[in-house]
Amino acid sequence: MIPLSHFLVLGAVLFAIAVAGIFLNRKNLIVILMAIELMLLAVNLNFIAFSHFLGDPAGQVFVFFILTVAAAESAIGLAILVTLFRNLKSINVDDMSSLKG
Amino acid sequence: MSLALVAFYVSAAILLLAALRVITARNPVHAVLWLVLAFFSAAALWLLLYAEFLAVVLVLVYVGAVMVLFLFVVMMLDINFDKLREGFWRHVPLAGGVGLLMAIEMTLVLASREAPSPGAPPAGYSNTKELGRILYTDYVFPFELAAVVLLVAIVAAIALTLRRRKETRYQDAATQLSATKAGRLKIVKDQGADGTGGGP
Repeated sequence: MIPLSHFLVLGAVLFAIAVAGIFLNRKNLIVILMAIELMLLAVNLNFIAFSHFLGDPAGQVFVFFILTVAAAESAIGLAILVTLFRNLKSINVDDMSSLKG
Repeated sequence: MSLALVAFYVSAAILLLAALRVITARNPVHAVLWLVLAFFSAAALWLLLYAEFLAVVLVLVYVGAVMVLFLFVVMMLDINFDKLREGFWRHVPLAGGVGLLMAIEMTLVLASREAPSPGAPPAGYSNTKELGRILYTDYVFPFELAAVVLLVAIVAAIALTLRRRKETRYQDAATQLSATKAGRLKIVKDQGADGTGGGP
């Protein structure tokens, strides 16, 4: 069977890719949101791997809640993105500085 | 090498390739499509871990709803994406360095973690049934909170993007409800020639 460490390392590498994605596309709000989705996917993979190997279904319940919150987060995030684009005609992170003192 | 291990390596390779393409794709529509592929591969990995319900939910809810929402938004906005990519190559050393460092650190810590493999669940075991059983008993309060979170998300998304155009006519329910017969209906006497009323 597949050992636990395989899943953990895969989750770690996926998380690192998502972090690198935020660094690379730090102007593009849409890609930043997608990188956050990738991070949550890596976390969920770890949760499910531990749930299977420790024989505790509670880990899968947590993944269920993470999926719920992530869906709510991306819905609200995209709504804010649409509103911002309507007002600024841009989704560049550098343009969103109107709160700067 | 067992079949499960082969399936793991293939799915993991596709997942990592898709994740890399998500963060490097020039066109955000392509990035969303690569993300869909990443979610599919992750669902395959979850199936290898006998989490059938969550794998199905990931495909149905994530690929079916959230990713389509992303696609809608990406295609709706008229953006010059080349401008957003300036500085991309400048950030590659930093991003690659930080990402590599994080991956190496976490691998060093996690690679030695081992647990005895519990193997396949017994015959007749239903992952969905088991998940439903603890979700509606031990986790019923968080479950209802999750429902409230989704409701708040619906209300917030609609409230944020709702826009009232000036030129569009709207129904005003309060005015409609407060309308009375006296305010709307006026009875006029028919001034017929013969004085008996009657139609024209």
